[in-house]
Amino acid sequence: MASTNTAKAFVEFERVQKSYDGETLVVKDLNLSIGKGEFLTMLGPSGSGKTTCLMMLAGFETATHGEIRLDGKEINNIPPHKRGIGMVFQNYALFPHMTVAENLAFPLEVRKIGKSEREKKIARALDMVQMGDFGGRRPAQLSGGQQQRIALARALVFEPELVLMDEPLGALDKQLRETLQFEITKLAHDLGITVVYVTHDQTEALTMSDRVAVFDDGRIQQLAAPDELYERPQNSFVAQFIGENNTLDGRIKELTGTTCVVELESGEEIDAVPVNVSNVGDRTLVSIRPERVEINPDLGPTAHTLNAEVLEFIYMGDVFRTRLRVAGRDDFIVKTRNRADQVRLTPGQKVKIGWLPEDCRALDA
Amino acid sequence: MGLPPYATTGQKIWHYSYLVICGLIFFFLIAPILTIIPLSFNAENFFTFTPGMLSFDPDAYSLKHYEDFFTNPNWQQALWNSVKIAPVATLLSVALGTLAAVGLSQSHVPFRRAIMAIMISPMIVPLIISAAGMYFFYSRIGLQGTYLGVVLAHAALGIPFVIITVTATLVGFDRSLTRASANMGAGPVRTFFRIQMPLIMPGVISGGLFAFITSFDEVVVVLFVGSAGQKTLPWQMFIGLREQISPTILAVATLLVVISIGLLTTVEILRRRSERLRGMSPG
Repeated sequence: MASTNTAKAFVEFERVQKSYDGETLVVKDLNLSIGKGEFLTMLGPSGSGKTTCLMMLAGFETATHGEIRLDGKEINNIPPHKRGIGMVFQNYALFPHMTVAENLAFPLEVRKIGKSEREKKIARALDMVQMGDFGGRRPAQLSGGQQQRIALARALVFEPELVLMDEPLGALDKQLRETLQFEITKLAHDLGITVVYVTHDQTEALTMSDRVAVFDDGRIQQLAAPDELYERPQNSFVAQFIGENNTLDGRIKELTGTTCVVELESGEEIDAVPVNVSNVGDRTLVSIRPERVEINPDLGPTAHTLNAEVLEFIYMGDVFRTRLRVAGRDDFIVKTRNRADQVRLTPGQKVKIGWLPEDCRALDA
Repeated sequence: MGLPPYATTGQKIWHYSYLVICGLIFFFLIAPILTIIPLSFNAENFFTFTPGMLSFDPDAYSLKHYEDFFTNPNWQQALWNSVKIAPVATLLSVALGTLAAVGLSQSHVPFRRAIMAIMISPMIVPLIISAAGMYFFYSRIGLQGTYLGVVLAHAALGIPFVIITVTATLVGFDRSLTRASANMGAGPVRTFFRIQMPLIMPGVISGGLFAFITSFDEVVVVLFVGSAGQKTLPWQMFIGLREQISPTILAVATLLVVISIGLLTTVEILRRRSERLRGMSPG
């Protein structure tokens, strides 16, 4: 796990703001420090400001306010071609009039590296992405996945310490994406480079990153390791954006520090962990992951349970997905593993559902 | 081109009249050019087909007009002037026009539409007006009647063609390529020559060809801006028509047609080649 110690931060955003038109802020007060060797993903819906942040770091956009530092030095006023940052673009941006080898030679020629040294580095970079035999091809003769591998090799060939990736796998099919996700993560760790990765795909963010910064509305909503983000979302946006999530509306009825009781709109009560609610009587959105819900639970005498009616039962192979009507809502999903002893529910069946209080989080409404 | 089997009578009639119209248009465009070619081999000093030519009598044909062109010092001087003026004017047009197109394609340039309109105006303003304007302006600054003056005037006429063709190529240019280049450490100048220039080459070449033909064919502006020392081929042809009506003009015209076809073919081959390099068509 990468260091979050600001003294050792490699990339720092300090109070960075960005506005394109001078009126609305696309990025609002961004503070972020990324450790050396860390794989950090900026995740968010489109228009959340994540790509703008990446472009400011690359130098293609200028920050309206604030300071961006790389390895302790302010880089706001350094043009992109002097920053020495590698980048993989969404559409690959391979030079179509050059062969693969010429594409890779380009950053090395710029750095005035001799021919023999250059060829060695190119061969090594191509081998790294398993494209060793493709040096003589032109980009148009390669498939999308191969082009992306070349783009990756080109970003790494001049051995930058920081590599930016702007939704590099967005245009590829699912299987290829998963293979490349794994390869990129492995390469990044093997080479010890720092990666800032932008994506709107939450699975990609969770599987690849050391830490994920969830962006919305120009702000980081939560910055945490994937497991933390998934299991302990700090607000309802993060809870709903990351993974599948059940939400129920209600009001805080009792609040005792680490636990609270929420009264739902149906009048039923459940236990939850208060996250960003502060007063009894506040409106709240409680969130429970579908796989943490238990059907006909045995949770002890004090636990609250809810009445539910099965609406739909979907067999998905490894899991069963059951849609329930709970507290007046009919989109409550429960996921259960396909075990030999697992009950298969039938539509119309009445059941009780419950969960451990720590799996249920009371968030802002 | 064939008609689908479900075509109605109306569609069939339209289809065949369409073919006839196309044929007429091509005839209208090409017939005058095709007529001058046999006429340029006329053994007589006439602009018409002699009975001997119509009966394919070999004696009715000769190369004497071509001989006149290659030996007459007036024609040779004119050819030499054209050859001195057109390539230089073309180079100027290409360099300035390409730079202008690249600059004006950037969205942050203020008044880019207005600037573009001014640059393209030589193409739209009637030639005689440009020519007269240039005459008065160049007289004031001592360029009238000089080689440099004619070159500059022709370059101004050629620039709009280069701007238009290069701008059209830039529309399809992927901006992330220049970003990628900068990201890899290349400064703006290197990025322009190594990345942008090779990719917009087809547009630059076509623009350059138009600029060359404009200069090579131009007679109005050179009459105003030039003096006897800058007498170009079109100028000499104009004099020839007015003063001596010599079929040598037809020989020159035939040569110019051949040169034009040769140039167009070369440029098309170059353009296809660089499009293939660009990865736009399978190589």
